[in-house]
Amino acid sequence: MTTDLKEKAPLGRVIVITSGKGGVGKTTSSAAISAGLAKQGFKTVVIDFDVGLRNLDMTMGCERRVVFDFINVIQGDARLKQALIRDKRLDTLSILPTSQTRDKNALTKEGVEKVLDELKQEFDYIICDSPAGIEHGAQMAMHFADEAVVVTNPEVSSVRDSDRVLGLLSSQTKRAETKDSEPVKAQVLITRHDPVRVESGEMMTVEDVLEILAVPLLGVIPESQAILKASNTGTPVVLDQPSVAGRAYEDAVSRLVGNDVEMRIEGERRPGLLHRIFGRAS
Amino acid sequence: MSIFSFARRPRRPKSAETAKNRLQILLAHERSGGGGKQPDYLPMLQRDIVEAIRKHVAIKETDVDIRMERGDEMSSLEINIELPGATTP
Repeated sequence: MTTDLKEKAPLGRVIVITSGKGGVGKTTSSAAISAGLAKQGFKTVVIDFDVGLRNLDMTMGCERRVVFDFINVIQGDARLKQALIRDKRLDTLSILPTSQTRDKNALTKEGVEKVLDELKQEFDYIICDSPAGIEHGAQMAMHFADEAVVVTNPEVSSVRDSDRVLGLLSSQTKRAETKDSEPVKAQVLITRHDPVRVESGEMMTVEDVLEILAVPLLGVIPESQAILKASNTGTPVVLDQPSVAGRAYEDAVSRLVGNDVEMRIEGERRPGLLHRIFGRAS
Repeated sequence: MSIFSFARRPRRPKSAETAKNRLQILLAHERSGGGGKQPDYLPMLQRDIVEAIRKHVAIKETDVDIRMERGDEMSSLEINIELPGATTP
């Protein structure tokens, strides 16, 4: 039986994590989602497409182990196996870092496709962490995607940019250009959601955002102190100590792989006055 | 909060300290390479190693494996070369 499992062909599903706007949580989400998938036993690789501004390696905590990168592989200076960094916490998880020295033009469509095709032979999920913006790097990250996770903050410019990106996903990708192929399956992931501010009418509701973007909801990640703490130590938030944000990402990952998980919108309990004065125990 | 903040200073959250250390180590490496140019000698180094060994033994490009571990005091470069067995010259 076990040999059957081992011989099963990998899913080879390419998912882009994108947003248009910067700073909304693409890399945090890429790290959390890829670690979440790997934790569920899926062979997962996460690729940094932000050429010249490498940061996924820090978020994943493997910055000291980068030898070769995505661009070295594209240009034939290193083999894919050499550039892949195996995560020390999960053996189902690998990271493909990008170059810190080249520019985004080093990403060629043919090169990216070749690397993705090779990864599809081995991995169930290939997570593409897109750079901000809608230029070449972002286009390369989304071009070969089967699915897209559009990371959105409940805030006007983020929602506007997400809408723009959704337009590009349905027109500028390989799936959009290929006749008779299914469109890229896009879902929105709302991050930095603050139920207290939604309650007081200061922040758009999840329903407001969905009504405007008109795409399915993958999950709602609450604004949480756990995010900064996890990034400080280079730990994807789902591998750190339990937190509302970590739980919300795990739920989103379950939905991503096709499970029906009830949407719960949690908020982080704000520390009481005494806690704030005397500091928390942990 | 501000009147109590002095008392909390020494017990700074550990993760912030970790963040600072990680950045210091990483940036020291990136800056020393002149604008972060340092890791690019590795593909050339690999090519040179393969060439040097080829003078004596027949190996393939894919028989060389280079890993690096950067530290604050020192970094280590681990190079594994798979030599052909007796049956596969």
